[in-house]
Amino acid sequence: MTAQEVRTHAIDMNSVLNNRVSREESNEISIKVENLNLFYGTKQALHDINMDIPKKKVTAYIGPSGCGKSTLLRCINRMNDLVDNTTIDGKILLDNENIYDKSVNVADLRRRVGMVFQKPNPFPKSIFENVAYGLRIQGINDKRILQDAVENALRGAALWDEMKDRLNDNALGISGGQQQRLVIARAIAIEPEVLLLDEPASALDPISTLKIEELINELKEKYTIVIVTHNMQQAARVSDYTAFMYIGELIEMGTTSELFTNPRKKQTEDYITGRYG
Amino acid sequence: MENSKIGQHISGQFNKELEDIRDKVLTMGGLVERQIELAVQAYTTGDIELAELVIKQDNQVDAMEVAIDLECTQILARRQPTAFDLRLLVSVIKIIHEIERVGDKAERVAEMAIKLEKVGSHFPHYELEHMAEVVKGMLHDALDAFARMSLEGLSAITGRDDNVDREYDNLLRQLITRMMEDPRNITRSLDVLWTIRALERIGDHACYICEHMVYMIKGEDVRHLSQQEQEEKMKE
Repeated sequence: MTAQEVRTHAIDMNSVLNNRVSREESNEISIKVENLNLFYGTKQALHDINMDIPKKKVTAYIGPSGCGKSTLLRCINRMNDLVDNTTIDGKILLDNENIYDKSVNVADLRRRVGMVFQKPNPFPKSIFENVAYGLRIQGINDKRILQDAVENALRGAALWDEMKDRLNDNALGISGGQQQRLVIARAIAIEPEVLLLDEPASALDPISTLKIEELINELKEKYTIVIVTHNMQQAARVSDYTAFMYIGELIEMGTTSELFTNPRKKQTEDYITGRYG
Repeated sequence: MENSKIGQHISGQFNKELEDIRDKVLTMGGLVERQIELAVQAYTTGDIELAELVIKQDNQVDAMEVAIDLECTQILARRQPTAFDLRLLVSVIKIIHEIERVGDKAERVAEMAIKLEKVGSHFPHYELEHMAEVVKGMLHDALDAFARMSLEGLSAITGRDDNVDREYDNLLRQLITRMMEDPRNITRSLDVLWTIRALERIGDHACYICEHMVYMIKGEDVRHLSQQEQEEKMKE
């Protein structure tokens, strides 16, 4: 084979690989953020955010404290409605429906968009009741249905084997890492479409953190996941797409592999390499 | 320019580690340039002692490769670098491999110097010396670009490789003629061939360093592209 043939061969291989990758990628968009501005009182916390969040993928928000990443995350299930003096304009489309439309039932929206916070917040009830809680609120009290749902949710959160013999124990008595997975089980028991994770592993030890990350990887088969994290390596490990935010603006969003090896914007590069911006 | 690429980390220690790696790569490069120089000198003057020194010193080149490799691995493990820092370390690991291979080529030239001196070769040195000068310059300029962390001048280096290849072909033809003239020349001619082949390969390794530099600076992998495409990518 001549050198030229070798080169052509290599390039063909590349295009073959690229084609396969692009065919595997689903380009379906789950959430579309359009011209979103958010004010806390007179202070603008989000500036004209536009972003497409792909379906059944993990999208990570990174950026320094106060850059608006948690604010943006909370907009997706309208948690910011609970904060006084908040004004929002722009749209967030969930499956092409604006969640800020007057006709939208917020409780219904939050059923479709589940959320997990930094500190695990199980209810002071049994493990079983914690997971069954969302279903009971929906009026489901059939024991068989609840049992199946709780088992499925605990299995989904990789917690079933650890918890199956202690379902009636108080949820506050299990470890922090287990509590966080329990809270995730509680969130997925009602089968949402989207899971929002706000620093889900920042209060956990490294092993529990890895378990959560492993879980995120499994959950994206079924759910669209958006995660806020201070831990850049975590974003690099778990996400398919990463958005870098800075002082309320979306600076750059792209595939995680691209963003961490060859970011387009200097601000992104400075942040992820730990340089003075 | 150079400091803005490596420096400015919030962690001053990280700056130092990267600067240290860069300095070591340049030291290693300088050592190998010197090895080429000495090997060619030993070859043209028939200085067996000098050739033996070159062979002995190749250990130092190898040791530096291992040391820099280890340092890069440790930074990767401890700091989980990203973006330019990541590309810098990955490229350094590849670049020092190229430099190490150049070191091997210098050693090969020194070995041939000893062998040919013992049998007494009368092949003209002039063209070989010229070729050595060109490839040494290519390596030097590639390392200079690395020191500057800049793509400036890289396309000129790969351009020079064409001349090296032409000179190699010319010398090869001469050697074939000698071998056809008198089969007793074959063994010696083959040894000369190994020598010029080693020099020609040094030019190739200099070009590979240029390719790694493009990845380091721009994040684009230009290996296996046509020379024309590569040169376009090298012009910032």
